[in-house]
Amino acid sequence: MKGIIGKKIGMTSVFEPNGKQTACTIIEAGPCVVTQKKTVDTDGYDALQIAYGEAKEKNTAKAQINHFAKANTSPKSIVKELRNCSIDKNVGEDITCEIFTEGEKVSVIGTTKGKGFQGVVKRHGFAGVGGQSHGQHDRSRAPGSIGGSSYPSRVFKGMRMAGRMGGDRVKMPGLRVIKIFPEQNYILVAGSVPGHNGSIVLIQK
Amino acid sequence: MNAVAFVHEQMSGKKEFPKFKAGDNITVNYKIVEGNKERIQSFKGDVIKRQGNGATKTFTVRKISDGIGVERLFPLFSPNIDSIIVHKEGRVRRAKLFYLRERSGKSARIKEKKHVVRH
Repeated sequence: MKGIIGKKIGMTSVFEPNGKQTACTIIEAGPCVVTQKKTVDTDGYDALQIAYGEAKEKNTAKAQINHFAKANTSPKSIVKELRNCSIDKNVGEDITCEIFTEGEKVSVIGTTKGKGFQGVVKRHGFAGVGGQSHGQHDRSRAPGSIGGSSYPSRVFKGMRMAGRMGGDRVKMPGLRVIKIFPEQNYILVAGSVPGHNGSIVLIQK
Repeated sequence: MNAVAFVHEQMSGKKEFPKFKAGDNITVNYKIVEGNKERIQSFKGDVIKRQGNGATKTFTVRKISDGIGVERLFPLFSPNIDSIIVHKEGRVRRAKLFYLRERSGKSARIKEKKHVVRH
């Protein structure tokens, strides 16, 4: 596994060599710094700890500042671990978007936009109840029956109902890398990526 | 420079087309790939819309084909556009000429812009 932390910049579309217009997302990926290497001997598992984004020193705990100082770097705002990472870098070294190549399939993990409290039609794709005419009213976005009556005398666990929607961690697998701009740290991936512009995403393979 | 503009600049081929706007009568020569053969198809009509910014600009051309209105939307920076020829500049008062869709015959004509030549 290899990966890098980045920031979703926004979406646009580009023309590919075959003349097709493709929707794509611009991600500012890295540079991330390796802050710790975990091994089976010392920590019980293999992982690479990487950090991204500047944080103010006055807002960072002293333990954290010293942890970053071990890697000869300033405090960072986002720290993530990559299990069984194939990137061969030592503590203090930078990881850039050049770990990926153009044409490669990557997965992008992010947090979806929060939608607030939503009904079953939007949240679970229910079709609502009944028609909109013939005197029917107030039922077009209703959930319908949620179970039996005397038996089982309760609502089954996991029954899909209205509630908080969005804000979930979602992985978009199999997104193709269209282009990499190493100087700007931009990665262009085909398709959409979870979250609003400026949200933190993890690109991995 | 913002990231989207930068990507547009890097990814779009630099092509020079004549200036045209809504109301102009143009021909678009468009490359069409059939199997592995490539040929050029031309589409002649009036521009009724120009839209978008950066490398995602598009324009819509409307023509009357056998009495039936046909509209086609082209991405301006599409690599499949071979060339654009401007025949007439139209004298129109708005940027989007959707009112032409409800008209036919004489009332669907667009007046040509006459440039006054001063001697």
